[in-house]
This record gives sequence, C-alpha cells and structure tokens, in this order.
Amino acid sequence: MDEITRGFIRAIELILELNPEVIEVTLRSFLIALSSVTIASLINVPLGSLIYFHHFPGRSGLINLIQTLYSIPTVTVGLFVFLLISREGPLGSCGLLYTPYGMIIGQSVLITPVILGLTISALSNVSDDLRDTAISLGADRFQTIRTVIAEARGPVLAALLLGFGRALSEVGVAMMIGGNIRGYTRVLTTAIALETSMGNLEMSIALGLILISIALVVNTVVGRLQEW
Amino acid sequence: MIQLEDVSVERNGRQILKDINIEVRTGETLGIIGPTGAGKTTLLRVMDLIEVPSKGRVLFRGEAPKNESEKLAARRRIGVVFQRPLMLRGTVYDNVAYGLRIRRLSKDEIDKRVKAALSDVGLEGYERRPARMLSGGEMQRVALARALAISPEILLLDEPTANLDPRTSYVIEDLISSAKMRGMTVVISTHDLPQAVRLADRIVIIMDGRVVSSGSPDLLMGSDSDEVREFLHAGMLRHLDRRFIHELTRISH
Ligand SMILES: Nc1ncnc2c1ncn2[C@@H]1O[C@H](COP(=O)(O)OP(=O)(O)OP(=O)(O)O)[C@@H](O)[C@H]1O
Ligand SMILES: [Mg+2]
Repeated sequence: MDEITRGFIRAIELILELNPEVIEVTLRSFLIALSSVTIASLINVPLGSLIYFHHFPGRSGLINLIQTLYSIPTVTVGLFVFLLISREGPLGSCGLLYTPYGMIIGQSVLITPVILGLTISALSNVSDDLRDTAISLGADRFQTIRTVIAEARGPVLAALLLGFGRALSEVGVAMMIGGNIRGYTRVLTTAIALETSMGNLEMSIALGLILISIALVVNTVVGRLQEW
Repeated sequence: MIQLEDVSVERNGRQILKDINIEVRTGETLGIIGPTGAGKTTLLRVMDLIEVPSKGRVLFRGEAPKNESEKLAARRRIGVVFQRPLMLRGTVYDNVAYGLRIRRLSKDEIDKRVKAALSDVGLEGYERRPARMLSGGEMQRVALARALAISPEILLLDEPTANLDPRTSYVIEDLISSAKMRGMTVVISTHDLPQAVRLADRIVIIMDGRVVSSGSPDLLMGSDSDEVREFLHAGMLRHLDRRFIHELTRISH
C-alpha cells in the first residue's frame, strides 16, 4: 500500500474514532465561522434592505462594486484587517491580533460583500407587484421590508449559508489574523496547511475530508433554499 | 372622498394619464370604463397613493397627504384589489389576516374578521389552503376578502370579475352592491359596460389617458361624442351576447 492510500484509511479512522484534535479544530472552525456569519448578517441584511429600498445616485455603481468584491482574495482582507488591528493600527489597543475575535472580525469583513450583494439581489427578485400588495394592504416601510424579506427568505438564507461556507473555507484571514495558534486560533484550513507541510498527511486528509463534506452539505442546502 | 386635481402620470417619457380631474364622492359607486391600455389601472394606483403623479394633486378627504406617514394613514383607510392580485406567501388565512396583523388587531378580532370576510366571498373553509395554489378566480376572491377585512372607507376594484365565471361574477357584484348599501364608497374599473351600468351611480369614461366623458349611466348613452357612443355601443352588443349566454347556462342547469 502506498503512503496516500494509507493516509486516507488512517484519516477515516481518525474521524470515526472522534479524534479529540480533529473534533476540537472542527468545532472551533464552526464556531468562528458561525459568529462571523451572524455578525455579518446582522449588519448586512438590514443594510441590503436599505439599499434595495432606496434609490440614490451611484446606487448601481455601488451594487457593481459589491459584486466585484465577492471574490476578493482572502489575503487582501487579511492584510486590511491586520493593518487595522495590529499594534500600530487604529484598533491596536484592543489586542485583537492573533485571537479568535480578530478572526471573526476579519471573516465578517470578508463575507460582507457576498451577503450584502446576494441579499440585495434576493430582494430585487421579489416582484414590485408583491411589494405594492403589501403597501396597499397598509404596510408601513418596516412592515413592507419584513414582508419582502419573508418572500425572499430562501435566497436570503442561501446568501447567509454561502457566507458561512466562505468563512469556513478561507485561509488568508485565519492565518494572518489568527496565527494558527494550537488550541486557540487553529481552524480546519490552517491546520490542514500546517499538517501537510509537516508531512502529517493522515491528519490533513482527515481535516480535508471534513471540510469537503461541509462544503458539499452547504452547497446542497443552498441549492434547495433557492427554491424554498 | 378622493379627489384628483389635474393629475398627469408620465412613465418612460410616455404620458399615461393626462390632466385628470375626478372626484370620488363619499358613498357613491364610481365606474371607470375604457378600452384596454386607457390608463384605468394607473388611475386606481394613483387613487391608492401608490403611484405618484408627475403633475397634479391627490386629495384624500379634502387634504393632500404631505409625507409618507400621512400617505400611509390615508392608504390604511383604502381597500384595493389589483387587476391580477398577488397572493402573499402562506395560507389563505395569512393573506386575509395580513392587513389586520399589521394594524395590530387582537387575535380574536382578526379571527372573527377573517372568517366573516371569507364567508362573504364564498370561501368558507379555505383558511388553511396555501394561497398560491388557488385558481385565478379563487385568488381574486381572496384578494377581495383581504381588502374587505380591513373595513375600508373606500374600496378600489380593478376589473374585479375579469377572471371569473358568470356565476361567481354575480356573487361578487352582489357583494359590491351590499358594500355600497352599507355606505362604502366604491370605485370600480371595468371593461364590462353593463356591469358598470348595473353597479355604478356615475361613470367616467377614459380613453388614451384622458377623461372623455362622465356622468350617470343614462346620460352617457346619449353622449354626442362619436368615440364615446361607438365604445358604448360595442359594449352593449357584448352585453346582449352575455345575456344570451347567461340565459343558456340558466336553462341548462
Ligand atoms: N410603468 C410603466 N411604464 C411605461 N408604460 C406603462 C407603465 N405602466 C403602464 N404603462 C402603459 O400605460 C398605459 C395604461 O396602462 P394601464 O395598465 O393603466 O391601462 P388599463 O386601462 O388598466 O388597461 P387594461 O384594461 O388592459 O388593464 C398602457 O399603454 C401601458 O402600457
Ligand atoms: Mg388595467
């Protein structure tokens, strides 16, 4: 048996025997990505609704910009947030560098364009007639927004889930802001990078399998949500 | 009740309504008739304060709403059924309750009103059906129930029986008549001249975005405008056809 096949078998064993290190890193990844997506959606779903409901000069330019930023390289965001929270940065005194909190901020920034842009497009896909129906039944601005969001709940949730997937699978922010500190800021992606470079293939394959499975589940659910 | 003063609506460089002056008097039923594309739907949307005219004023109970919250307050006293009503997500109950929930009525009151409105339109027992699975005619009736449930002071109906079979049309017409009897002000747009004659106290004919004639149904029949007479006569011919068809369905039942 060659090394890679053995690596795979050992990796599956690691997962099945619920190896504490595997579990710990997976849980931390989840927790950090979930926090990021929560913060990002609390800010961006309302912000997206505002942009959807208001017509102002430069609106379509703004939406274009947001869409361009969907695929912003994670290291760019990493660098930006690093400059923000490093010792000399404006938020340097908060001591966020190399902490999970710093990572959460970085990932929130990273997935902001995706969530914001997809929220706007989800809302835009709700027909104007439906919005008019709510208004004509006496809905005020806020109630109208709520109704439109409820109509677009599938695509909006899909946007949040995509954000979650991107946060979970990114490595730039996790590495530059988190610093891959064992037991503290080490997550799936940074652990894979490290274990691979140390030749510890079974561990990196195990973590890689978990990451791929999560991505698969996320994508399937996103697909379903679009039609919900 | 609602007054349009020199209202014009322009969209994409096209004049859809031109210098419209119409007063909807309290308690009356006003029929708006006109050929397709004349601007009936746009007119009703202006009356509902959804469409903002490019020129002119819309007065509700003698005052022009100045800002969004005044518009909202006026709109909450208006019930409207659009030409192709959309159902909101959820059940029939959710749809009829929508206007009541956003007005923060009590659960019991909502229950009572939804039941009453559904039974008015002949849809008892439909509460739990998913609204978007209904047929076009059923949706039309849910939309009417939805508008009636809020007990509006004025009801705007955009071709409310266009999707319905003759039998259901008469049910709806009865309903409109009884709303009128209870003192509700009604504006009804329709292609169907005989229907306008049956229901309306006064008729406004619009063509190509202009009011070409208005008055009592009888008065209009004697109009000296060729355009108006031609339109009305075409309508009356269809009326004869309908009577005939109605007679047939009655005999065959
Ligand atoms: N947003 C818009 N932009 C451009 N043109 C419009 C718009 N809305 C309506 N129109 C045009 O304005 C005219 C009047 O439309 P409207 O829907 O008010 O007519 P209508 O009398 O209700 O017709 P129908 O009897 O077929 O329902 C039509 O020619 C229509 O194409
Ligand atoms: Mg119309």
